[in-house]
Amino acid sequence: MSQNQPAVVEFQNVSLRLSDEHPIVANLTLEVHDSEILVLLGRSGSGKTTTLKLINRLLVPSDGRVMVQGRSTLEWDATALRRRIGYVIQEVGLFPHFTVAKNIGLVPTLEGWAEERKHERACELLELVGLEPRLFENRFPSELSGGQRQRVGVARALAADPPLLLLDEPFGALDPLTRLELQRELKQLQERLSKTMVFVTHDVREGLLLASRIALFQEGALAFLGTPNEFLHTDHPEARAFVAGLEEAGETP
Amino acid sequence: MSLIEYLARNRAEFLTLTFEHLILVGISTGIAILIGVPLGILLTRRPRISPPVLGLANIFQTIPSLALFGLLIPMPFIGGIGARTAIVALVLYALLPIIRNTYAGIQGVDPAVREAGRGMGMTDRQLLFMVEMPLSFGVILAGIRVAAVIGVGVATIAAAIGAGGLGVFIFRGVAMVDNTLILAGALPAALIALAADFALGRLERRFAPPTARLAEVRAL
Repeated sequence: MSQNQPAVVEFQNVSLRLSDEHPIVANLTLEVHDSEILVLLGRSGSGKTTTLKLINRLLVPSDGRVMVQGRSTLEWDATALRRRIGYVIQEVGLFPHFTVAKNIGLVPTLEGWAEERKHERACELLELVGLEPRLFENRFPSELSGGQRQRVGVARALAADPPLLLLDEPFGALDPLTRLELQRELKQLQERLSKTMVFVTHDVREGLLLASRIALFQEGALAFLGTPNEFLHTDHPEARAFVAGLEEAGETP
Repeated sequence: MSLIEYLARNRAEFLTLTFEHLILVGISTGIAILIGVPLGILLTRRPRISPPVLGLANIFQTIPSLALFGLLIPMPFIGGIGARTAIVALVLYALLPIIRNTYAGIQGVDPAVREAGRGMGMTDRQLLFMVEMPLSFGVILAGIRVAAVIGVGVATIAAAIGAGGLGVFIFRGVAMVDNTLILAGALPAALIALAADFALGRLERRFAPPTARLAEVRAL
């Protein structure tokens, strides 16, 4: 990754502790480059989701600074910051009383777009994520399959064309085939739109498939940072453990 | 003398008392909604104060109604003989189900929905009015329904402190050991309670999540 690309997000010595005990994130220094998919990989409780939430200020650091587009998250107005960052979570969190189109149009609604423009945008995005707008725009979330719901979740995150997307195990609840399909499509989507993405997962396969770079977390600290290829060949014990898990599953990456 | 005969003969008084009864319940439930819903919302924002507030509302509910009416009479401003005191007591009874259901309804909104909303930049107010309130409206209405039905029953006791209502017939019947008279108050009161329960129940179903409604339509 070239050095003169500006960092979209920059963690400067960031720590987060809720009480005096062991910090959830410790001394994290990390840059997210423009147009990359940075995968935060780690076991449960390793601090990767916490790290993600520090970016859109759902959490604020106890020490250090998180810079988004050159400004500390604390200097940003929290809602303005979040509307410029797409956010996709595993449970999707679609509003059950909103139609698909209305769900996708949420941030545009908050930003006061005209109805016509919102509708156009919703249809455009439905097509982008592979759902026929005519069939889906008026459905309610309960009338969608898990994979469709997550597609709508991604479309919703893209609605106001944010430069940065945060994805927290978005495909974790899907069946393996749908999961693979959505992983591939997300990768293609990223190549087409060249959005910057920070993607949290505990699935090393998924990480290797999607990542420009992998940031491996262990007990709240950054254990390893590098390309998927570097990840496969590093001697770091936690990385080895993940790769060994892959090999045991009989997969040749 | 049969019940029908009695009511027909005393139609004017019967209608006045029924009207008084409806007014007592209507006003007190209305006030309880105006206090209880905002209070329930506040509790979801300040969860720490919810045990004392719900506890207090619970205590009001456990005071026997006749005793509560009696206790309120000597109170300055809110007390005295008449409808005002009765309404205060009825409000106190109606508060618990309304506060509790508002609180529980909003707490019951899927945390993922709330997190997604917050993560996409909704303010607390937007989250409340666009998401939490619409999604918990059915539960809040259920609380209002319970409050109204309790109110219809308790309001019969209000006659004991001169607030009027259908309880007048009941107390008169008790004093005269006249079952027809007791029924002349009790039966219409029961019918009002059933009607309120039915009407608010229909409303509740109308405001059920749209998904459930759609599913019904599809099933047809």
